[in-house]
Amino acid sequence: MTASLPLRAALLSALILALFLAAWHLATQSTGPVADMDPEYARLMGATATTGVSAMPGPLDVGEKLWEHLSDPFYDNGPNDKGLGIQLGFSIARVLLGYSLAVLVAIPLGFLIGMSPLVSRAVDPFVQILKPISPLAWMPLALYTIKDSNISAIFVIFICALWPMLINTAFGVSAVRKEWINVARTLEVGPIRRAYAVILPAAAPTILTGMRISIGIAWLVIVAAEMLVGGTGVGYFVWNEWNNLSITNVIIAILVIGVVGMLFDQILARLTRLVTFPE
Amino acid sequence: MSKFISIEAIARRYPGKPGSPPTTIFDDLWLSLDRGEFGCVIGHSGCGKTTILNILAGLDAPSEGEVIVDGQAISGTSLDRAVIFQSHALLPWRTVLGNVAFAVSSKWPKWTRSQVAAHAGSFIDLVGLSGSEHKRPSELSGGMKQRVGIARALSITPKILLMDEPFSALDALTRGTLQDEVRRICLETGQTSLLITHDVDEAIYLADKIFLMTNGPGAVLAEVVANPLPKDRTRVDLHRHPDYYPMRNHIVDFLVTRSRTFRDTVPDHDPRKVPVVSPRASVNAPFPNPAAAAVLS
Repeated sequence: MTASLPLRAALLSALILALFLAAWHLATQSTGPVADMDPEYARLMGATATTGVSAMPGPLDVGEKLWEHLSDPFYDNGPNDKGLGIQLGFSIARVLLGYSLAVLVAIPLGFLIGMSPLVSRAVDPFVQILKPISPLAWMPLALYTIKDSNISAIFVIFICALWPMLINTAFGVSAVRKEWINVARTLEVGPIRRAYAVILPAAAPTILTGMRISIGIAWLVIVAAEMLVGGTGVGYFVWNEWNNLSITNVIIAILVIGVVGMLFDQILARLTRLVTFPE
Repeated sequence: MSKFISIEAIARRYPGKPGSPPTTIFDDLWLSLDRGEFGCVIGHSGCGKTTILNILAGLDAPSEGEVIVDGQAISGTSLDRAVIFQSHALLPWRTVLGNVAFAVSSKWPKWTRSQVAAHAGSFIDLVGLSGSEHKRPSELSGGMKQRVGIARALSITPKILLMDEPFSALDALTRGTLQDEVRRICLETGQTSLLITHDVDEAIYLADKIFLMTNGPGAVLAEVVANPLPKDRTRVDLHRHPDYYPMRNHIVDFLVTRSRTFRDTVPDHDPRKVPVVSPRASVNAPFPNPAAAAVLS
């Protein structure tokens, strides 16, 4: 008897997770008292050297701490001690703001580039040079001109989310099948109706794919940007906990960043599926 | 000028490589069609027959000359001239009804949603697709997709129906039924139509006038064949008619040899006075022996 493929895949996933957790647990076990040493010297050395306690937290420590965070995500004990929920909220708000601005610029501009071979050729060298620039390289310039670290972070998100959407929109619009354009032409469809009734639906899957790539990049970049600008956000949280030498919290933050990134990607994937048409 | 469609001295040239002269697809081409007639342009690939149709549709413009429809020179596309595309060209994100309604609301932008739907529905009914209104093109067979293309073209009640090899991508059985449908609809509504094809039997079955094009580049309209078969011909008994084979042989002979040699054998061809022929069993009997011709008829 063979169970369905999704069920078997889920079982295998659970097995991989269990093996990973078990290996992690065993690797971070205490090795017991190490060597006899002078009590005063031992006090200087710390628990790892004297009693063999692992400096790396095990899965149980992380789980316990995670539960703590999840049960009280929104506490605020001053600038350096805020709940994980609040930090995530700041990061998500920055990403959504920068990303929305990028959508507002990239899609109309991409339409223009896709529709006009002239604009396409004229803009191409600028896009080619600006696209490979690491978004964080803009940070000093942004801080100097904008003079506000929060808006600078949003600007960095904007600039990194812009290019994949711009390029995909331009490509999607320019690659709309000639025959569909000809149908609109023979029906004397005006340029505006042609844009939203023929070109937009035809290019929508490509545009949404660009938006999906962009949200992924934006979420990657926000962590790094917040490490630089500081103050709030999940990136700042990671760096702050590193300065606190709380590896447990760093691991938890890594986990949460992954989960939120996956959620963003899944939402965009769902939207892409909505506008995709079978041929 | 009493002609409904009159193509007057059009030429289409494509720019060649820098330094070399432009390629002339055809030059000084004259062609006309009366209201309610079904015309068919036949010729080999590269003779410019699709270009002629695109010029009539307004999707392409002639390098020289004019096209006059109903007394007016055309410029660009028009809702008076509907096109059935070879590749059906349906919008895949719209349903059958949505595709036809797109055309209907283009023609009558002030109509309400229900008016558009009712009008579109009647044309979907006409091509026999009632019940499939809410399917998407991907759920339809090739023949059904082309039926939607036909419904979309007819729904705007065009003065002229232009068809660019609309059946060439279909299997033989589907092609036959769709030809029957198109013939029925065109006869019932008196639709003026122009079809591009390279299928001789399709031309004989559907057309009143068959325009024979020589090979390109530099193609000319060599002859107009006025179809001698009766208007009430059907696919079933078409080939039993005495005029069928003389006519078919005439066209096939043209496509096989004369389309190639025409320029050399008829050097004084006048593109303004293209001969009209009507090959019949009795008149220009293809047999040297009168007795053999008598047996045939």
